[in-house]
Amino acid sequence: MSFELDEIDVIPESWTRSHLLDLESLSTEEITTILDTAGRFKEATHGCKQKIDALSDHTVANLFFENSTRTRNSFSLAARRLGADTIEFSSSGSSLSKGETFIDTAKNIEAMNVDVVVVRHATPGTPHLLAQNIECSVISAGDGPHEHPTQGLLDILTIREHRGNLAGLTVALVGDIAHSRTARSNIWGLRKLGAHVIVCGPSTLVSRRWEELGVEVAYNLDDILPRCDVLNLLRIQFERQYTRPFPSVREYALLYAMNGDRMQRAKDDILIMAPGPINRGVEVTPDVADGPHSVILDQVTNGLAVRMAVLWLVAGARER
Amino acid sequence: MNIVTKPRILIQNGRLVDPAQKLDRVTNLLIEDGKIAAYGATPNGQDVVLDATDKIVSPGLIDLHVELREPGWEEDETIATGTAAALAGGFTSIACIPNTDPPIDTQAGVEFVQHQAERARTCNVYVLACVSKNRNGEELSEIGMLVEAGAIGFTDAELPIHNPELLRRALQYCVMFDKPILNHPEVLELTHDGIMHEGLLSMILGLNGLPTEAEDMMTARDLRLAEATGGRLHLMNISSAESVEMIRRAKTRGVTVTAEVSPHNFSLTDESLRSFNSNCKVNPPLRDQRCIEACVAGLQDGTLDVIASSHAPRAPEKKMQELDQAPFGISALETALALVISELIEPGHLDWNSALEKLTINPARVLGLAKGTLEIGADADVTVIDPHHQWTVTRSSFRSKSCNTPYLGRSLRGRADTVLVGGEVRFQVS
Repeated sequence: MSFELDEIDVIPESWTRSHLLDLESLSTEEITTILDTAGRFKEATHGCKQKIDALSDHTVANLFFENSTRTRNSFSLAARRLGADTIEFSSSGSSLSKGETFIDTAKNIEAMNVDVVVVRHATPGTPHLLAQNIECSVISAGDGPHEHPTQGLLDILTIREHRGNLAGLTVALVGDIAHSRTARSNIWGLRKLGAHVIVCGPSTLVSRRWEELGVEVAYNLDDILPRCDVLNLLRIQFERQYTRPFPSVREYALLYAMNGDRMQRAKDDILIMAPGPINRGVEVTPDVADGPHSVILDQVTNGLAVRMAVLWLVAGARER
Repeated sequence: MNIVTKPRILIQNGRLVDPAQKLDRVTNLLIEDGKIAAYGATPNGQDVVLDATDKIVSPGLIDLHVELREPGWEEDETIATGTAAALAGGFTSIACIPNTDPPIDTQAGVEFVQHQAERARTCNVYVLACVSKNRNGEELSEIGMLVEAGAIGFTDAELPIHNPELLRRALQYCVMFDKPILNHPEVLELTHDGIMHEGLLSMILGLNGLPTEAEDMMTARDLRLAEATGGRLHLMNISSAESVEMIRRAKTRGVTVTAEVSPHNFSLTDESLRSFNSNCKVNPPLRDQRCIEACVAGLQDGTLDVIASSHAPRAPEKKMQELDQAPFGISALETALALVISELIEPGHLDWNSALEKLTINPARVLGLAKGTLEIGADADVTVIDPHHQWTVTRSSFRSKSCNTPYLGRSLRGRADTVLVGGEVRFQVS
């Protein structure tokens, strides 16, 4: 079953970007445009459950150079909900191992008349390099520890749905800030929409330099907890660490895991978020992850909505 | 035996700047039999006359840090293309570092480079051979035999001499040959997987950093070992403000150390990496404004003796990769002089005399070469510089096989106009 949508058949005049590579370079208005569009898609498809005929005759290629299940599936499903065809391309190692540069790989895929390339890569800047070298639209699905723009957007959409407005809220990002692309995209997006952002975690993973960007730096979760409206619990990225930044997982959990005890000291209406996959018992205990304050599963649905919106906007801008 | 006499060459009306003699005046320069013969001479009928009005007549420029890549990496550069690039950049003598495959750690290796350079018939090429066998940082190479073959100094190129005992031995051993040890200071444990200068921008971009302390810690160690051994230490690729300060203090104490900086490290900051351009990936990395200012101050007060291009050509297919896969390095021979003019002389940081000192007599002294001056009787290696010519860096500007440069599209001022090696015109702009 397919629905026609009157009010979202043309992309807004103000939207001109044919790529989405990061949130740092987006204006507040552009972020709001994506969030509003995502909201409308979500509504029109009854919570992203139904199809909408917005990108038929389009092809979306998922180019994943790094392991991913949920983001890749979310992009695929979003593309299909919009009526687009999808190509799945994944490669565990670097393209180099096959003697081909990633740009060669991308050009080959582009030659299949692809409209949008969704790229995930372990190296920061790879989506940007791709956008400079191929004609089709490029959406970053995460580039190493740099940015994960659709994750940032879906986190923000989730907060907006529950709180109406971001301005004045205090949002703490807890955990491995150094290696987290989710943290970076959240920081840019939240700051642009007027939230107060705290980055909290072990001092080896939370640089003081964030203060230069107007972000509060904290090492002690218990000190900041009573002030927080939202906690976004980030995964420890063991795979990106060369030396261990803290002595043991046990010690980390003691200092930073969000558990029932800590919930007692949090605001009554605190939102608990996690970009997933979560390490239960490390960043968050099961009672909290599955508790009434958790919006972790809302995030997954909003991921679909945001990705539908972004696919539609960048493809539309490119055609215009 | 026929004695072929080279024609006399008269370089007329140029501004002769020879830092070795503290000479700076407009005069004619006569070259005869491959040597500097006289100043102020007037032309006679048979002379080749080169007009240098409004140009600088400098001792041939010397670059003591060049990768020629041959043997082993001919896709990046060959001795023929690299030396042609050197000439076009105004360099009459270069010293090549041994990060070749195989590395230059045998007499045969040294002789191969010399032989290829003779065939190319471009600029003079001097060989810096490996400090350690196979550049593995464990055992000294056969330094005495390499000296015998013509090696003029020792370095493991971009691989820092990690083991302090090996460096101490090398410095001690080279005392008896009076040869320098050139080391690239970097504590590798602190730069693991590093891509760019560690600072605010590396944090924002999520790129692993190369912190200044990695350079500073080895600089400190090396200075202490040079002091203890009395060996001749040359620090390559200085880029950090703290390292400049440590070298300054060591020189005050009388330590026999010299140091170099590369044009990109006094002209570009880490902001260049904003676009994720792999041509800006270089080690040591492009640092911040504070480090640039410290390097300029180091050049001004003589703490940094030498400007070296650190020419590291890399084939486009290697640079056209993800930023972590792309190799470090900048093809630099053909932009070095213009960057010195545009970034140091024109803004008034250095005058011609002190800038050319770092490109002529100082590198000659580091390498122990009787070159880098226009004294009467010296080899007639001469670079005539057009200081006003404005040009834009494009791929076709390069004679180097690789054009991995962060300056593509940049407008620069100044270039080598005519280059003479041993009294022969080897390069002239068309």
